[in-house]
Amino acid sequence: MTGLFRRVAETGRPEIAITVDGHAVTALEGDTILTALLVAGDRLRFNEFDKMPRAGFCLMGACQDCRVWTEDGHELRACSTSVTPGLRIVTKEVPWTRP
Amino acid sequence: MDAPVIVIIGAGPAGTRAAQTVACAGLRPIVLDENQRQGGQIYRRQPENFTRPATKLYGASAASATALHNDFEALRPSIDYRPETQAWGVSDDLLLTECRGHADALRFDGLIIASGATDRIMPCPGWTLPGVFSLGGSQIALKAQACTIGQAPVFMGTGPLLYLVAWQYLQAGVKPRAVLDTSSLTTRLRGLGGLRRRPAVLVQGLRYMADLARAGVRLRSGIRPVRIEARQDGETPCAGAVVWQDGRGRTHRTDCDAVGMGYGLRSETQLADLLKCDFAFDALSRQWLPVTDRDGATSRAGVYLAGDGAGIRGADAAESAGALAALRCLQDMGRPVLESEMTRLRAALEPMNAFRHGLETGFPWPWRHAAALPDETVVCRCENVTAGDIRRAAGPLDSPEINRAKAFVRVGMGRCQGRMCGLAGAEILAAARGIAIEEAGRIRGAAPIKPLPAKIRGVVT
Ligand SMILES: Cc1cc2nc3c(=O)[nH]c(=O)nc-3n(C[C@H](O)[C@H](O)[C@H](O)COP(=O)(O)OP(=O)(O)OC[C@H]3O[C@@H](n4cnc5c(N)ncnc54)[C@H](O)[C@@H]3O)c2cc1C
Repeated sequence: MTGLFRRVAETGRPEIAITVDGHAVTALEGDTILTALLVAGDRLRFNEFDKMPRAGFCLMGACQDCRVWTEDGHELRACSTSVTPGLRIVTKEVPWTRP
Repeated sequence: MDAPVIVIIGAGPAGTRAAQTVACAGLRPIVLDENQRQGGQIYRRQPENFTRPATKLYGASAASATALHNDFEALRPSIDYRPETQAWGVSDDLLLTECRGHADALRFDGLIIASGATDRIMPCPGWTLPGVFSLGGSQIALKAQACTIGQAPVFMGTGPLLYLVAWQYLQAGVKPRAVLDTSSLTTRLRGLGGLRRRPAVLVQGLRYMADLARAGVRLRSGIRPVRIEARQDGETPCAGAVVWQDGRGRTHRTDCDAVGMGYGLRSETQLADLLKCDFAFDALSRQWLPVTDRDGATSRAGVYLAGDGAGIRGADAAESAGALAALRCLQDMGRPVLESEMTRLRAALEPMNAFRHGLETGFPWPWRHAAALPDETVVCRCENVTAGDIRRAAGPLDSPEINRAKAFVRVGMGRCQGRMCGLAGAEILAAARGIAIEEAGRIRGAAPIKPLPAKIRGVVT
């Protein structure tokens, strides 16, 4: 699978390992979750209504179409949350409500 | 008596200059911004560990950007700066905020809202596909993350940002497949009178177009988007082509791997709405905007608006307006201010008004396209509400205005609160009912103006 985003500069940053839907993804320090996921892949989530894939849209915290979850059920806005080492993300709506 | 509390929402050009003005007057303002770093949209900063110089990030505006950032850093000891803090609601005289799950309620004597703007969006079939981003978002990917949205993007919409972003992509080594502008050359000429009031900005824009043309980027005017088509190499269908009509009605198809779309900007006005400030219909931009006087004072005492959040006039105007609104706030509190400084700022804003007029006339919101959207086009991307659903609300369900349509078919009901679909939705409703757009109204702001984390701790007094 090729990613949607392409890095054009700032590629010498330290790597950060995160987990997305159980798979290892390598991000760079300073990446937002959205960047990390779209460099590695081609979607972020699925729309609740038509179940079609979405990959964010506005990148400025307005459209809310980049929401993903941590494995323990916290919703995050991928465009405005930076990756942290060991972050574990799921992109499909978690089947339980928050603890 | 305690020193009066002035709260400033937004740390972009307008909010920063407002903060500086208040601090200069010897008060310590609270400045909150939901972003991690100060700067706002145009002068958005890259993460701290990135190394590109300002000239690379901000091009012709590098000096202004650097000045705004440095001035803010110098201000830090004199202000109460709260990054990653969102103003999400209002309760009587309290401003409700949230920062990383912690809630707070701020009392204020003066409130300066400098909340800026987001892209103005005209949906088209296929715009919810992965690979389609807002024009502003396409720029943020590059500016703040050093990424492009694809390797062969098409930029579609209208306004100066269209050419700027395409040019920035070209500089970054990614040649856009096409720049498709819904405004025609004749329309743009009509805006020239106003645009000429800021000759440097006009010349800059023409230079971007010339550079793009020289690089062989296809620039087309007077186009009408037909649809964005999907390509599917892997599991996910993604943007693969833009189908569009030229001015003569001939259909074209441009292959691409990403689309950046935007039609100028729309002001972020929810807080003014929650504060019950008066709004008026602005015929120029076909948007409802909070009413302010020339200094930014609203109909509600102690509440001021500055920058793009009060109407789109651009970054330089935002800086002047931020300072002016702060002076006015101080003056209304009975503090001594330099009247000559206020006069100077008002004069500086004068050509900006003409420029705004030129922008809206030269690169108009293509509102007629909304009425022509096929029924199956998704308009509200949160709730997947289609143009046909809105027409059903307008016709059979007899919704006289957009909030009723929202109640019936959920347009604008989703998490973004109509930021993406509200303007187009109102146009579809107005066209379907044959009423003037101002009668279709505007989607009302509701708290929380953006979703809050599920668990919030803190004092809500
Ligand atoms: C994506 C984008 C790119 C742009 N690029 C250019 C460009 O390249 N050149 C150009 O001339 N103009 C550009 N513009 C227009 C330009 O942004 C503005 O003219 C200028 O930035 C306006 O300054 P401002 O201070 O009014 O608002 P902004 O710079 O938008 O700042 C508003 C700030 O308020 C914060 N905020 C908003 N609401 C809340 C809230 N409820 N709680 C907490 N914080 C909040 C935001 O996080 C933001 O930092 C762009 C606009 C956008 C949207």
